[in-house]
Amino acid sequence: MIELQHLTKRFATKAGTLVALQDISLTIQDGDIFGIIGMSGAGKSTLVRCINMLEKPDEGSVIVNGRKMETLDARGLREARREIAMIFQQFNLLMQRNCLKNVCFPMELAGVPKDKAEARARELLELVGLPDKAESYPAQLSGGQKQRVAIARALATDPKVLLCDEATSALDPNTTHAILQLIQNINKELGITVVIITHQMSVVEQVCQNVAILDAGKVVEQGSVAEIFSNPKTPAARRLVFPAGAPQGELPAGHRLVRVAFNGTQTTDKPLVASLAIECGALVSIVAADTRIVNGQTLGSMLLALPDNADEAEKAIAYIRTYPGLTYEEVQA
Amino acid sequence: MEFLFASDEWQVLLDNLPNLPFATWESFYATAISTILAMVVGLPLGVLLVAGEKDGVLPLPGWLMTLLNAVINLLRSVPFLILMIAVLPLSMVVLGTSIGTPASIIPLFIASFPFVSRLVETSLREVDGGVIEAAQSMGATPLQIIIKVMIPESLPSLIANATIAMTTILGYSAMAGIIGGGGLGQIAINYGYYRYKYLIMVVATVLLVIMVQIFQSIGTWLAVRCDKRLRK
Repeated sequence: MIELQHLTKRFATKAGTLVALQDISLTIQDGDIFGIIGMSGAGKSTLVRCINMLEKPDEGSVIVNGRKMETLDARGLREARREIAMIFQQFNLLMQRNCLKNVCFPMELAGVPKDKAEARARELLELVGLPDKAESYPAQLSGGQKQRVAIARALATDPKVLLCDEATSALDPNTTHAILQLIQNINKELGITVVIITHQMSVVEQVCQNVAILDAGKVVEQGSVAEIFSNPKTPAARRLVFPAGAPQGELPAGHRLVRVAFNGTQTTDKPLVASLAIECGALVSIVAADTRIVNGQTLGSMLLALPDNADEAEKAIAYIRTYPGLTYEEVQA
Repeated sequence: MEFLFASDEWQVLLDNLPNLPFATWESFYATAISTILAMVVGLPLGVLLVAGEKDGVLPLPGWLMTLLNAVINLLRSVPFLILMIAVLPLSMVVLGTSIGTPASIIPLFIASFPFVSRLVETSLREVDGGVIEAAQSMGATPLQIIIKVMIPESLPSLIANATIAMTTILGYSAMAGIIGGGGLGQIAINYGYYRYKYLIMVVATVLLVIMVQIFQSIGTWLAVRCDKRLRK
């Protein structure tokens, strides 16, 4: 379990003190794939670096598997770090070593005998799908292959936690998908807790179970992915969930507007707007909509304009209220 | 160019032809030993210059870094000709003589190790900070980072810079001819400068140029060959 308690981190800059993280408290359960998402400059990378103390927080506590990280001495910290592997946006492989030697590197640091390390490294390269690249050098690999080698390297010391710092941000969408799938498999098969830092909503969508949204150094929203995606409450969360702008529109006055949020319903069986028309005769119009399928569930929200007729509008609201898996709110036009 | 047609020019050259191979060897030997000594001292100093910084992998006290930088800059700013004469007494103490090729190695070393430290510093700074961070995240000690990451990752650059150091030191070694340092430099100075025999001076200089070419070619070849980033 990873617990962050009241973390605060400040940087002294020429323009004054910059508060990168402000009173952040998070709990990440064992076996979770936890996403931390935010815009550039929100403090994501600083936050993930506090977990393994690459950045020392100014205040607060980081507890990883019962170890209070900020109180460890240099030696204790090195030992703790072997259980917390990390992968990076730029892969950070040793360019002068071949893939096998790269995967051996953390074991070499830990004093694992060379033949044992190499055997393990070959297994890991197999696991990440690159058994034939052991003798290749990083410069000969594609971005996706480099990240696979980095993942194999990260797994070499049998970590309990894998920190991914924008690990797919330098990859194309197909490669991103494949790398995320690999991370998901590793999480399932090896039971490693994964923390994913990203600015891409699609990454969180594909693999994360829980998510925290970071904005200007603060956690503004956290919860299960389905929860946050179906009904983002804060402006920062809305910006991320609806990158093209949250569904809202302008309509002549007189219409009542309702925002409907899907929480992963069987909307595929029974389309809401069509049902409204057929079953209660309410002709609503869609002002704006942004829905998506995540893990086979429909998430997102729609802004509906209710009919002019007050009775029909009431009937529509009553229908929406009883519709399974929806939340709704009336909004002012 | 009329010196080419003077018979005494040719006579001096012919008389000295048997000395040229040994002088070439002396120049090579003084350069090679000085370069090796300069690397032995300059490499750790260069490492300290990078690793000892405030946000380096092995932060050292600020005053120590300031002192180290000041001493290196001081030694770097003394003209070699003056340094060479200034350390003559030291050569007397260490080797019992201040002339000859071994005696020239002392000023060559003193002049070149600060230069080499700066070259090593430049090479090590080329190492991607992300790779060092990755090693830290794996629980590497500062020494492991220096030995297993910083030096191997900058090896091609270190070799290229060692080549620059060696060719520069060869140039210095020729200057050491002034204080009786032996080698091709001394032949060029003794005959060309003191006795106006230009032909042998030109020949000695051409030999120095050829040596630089050879050092540079070997150095470049090695640097490229060992750089795994260039493997395609």
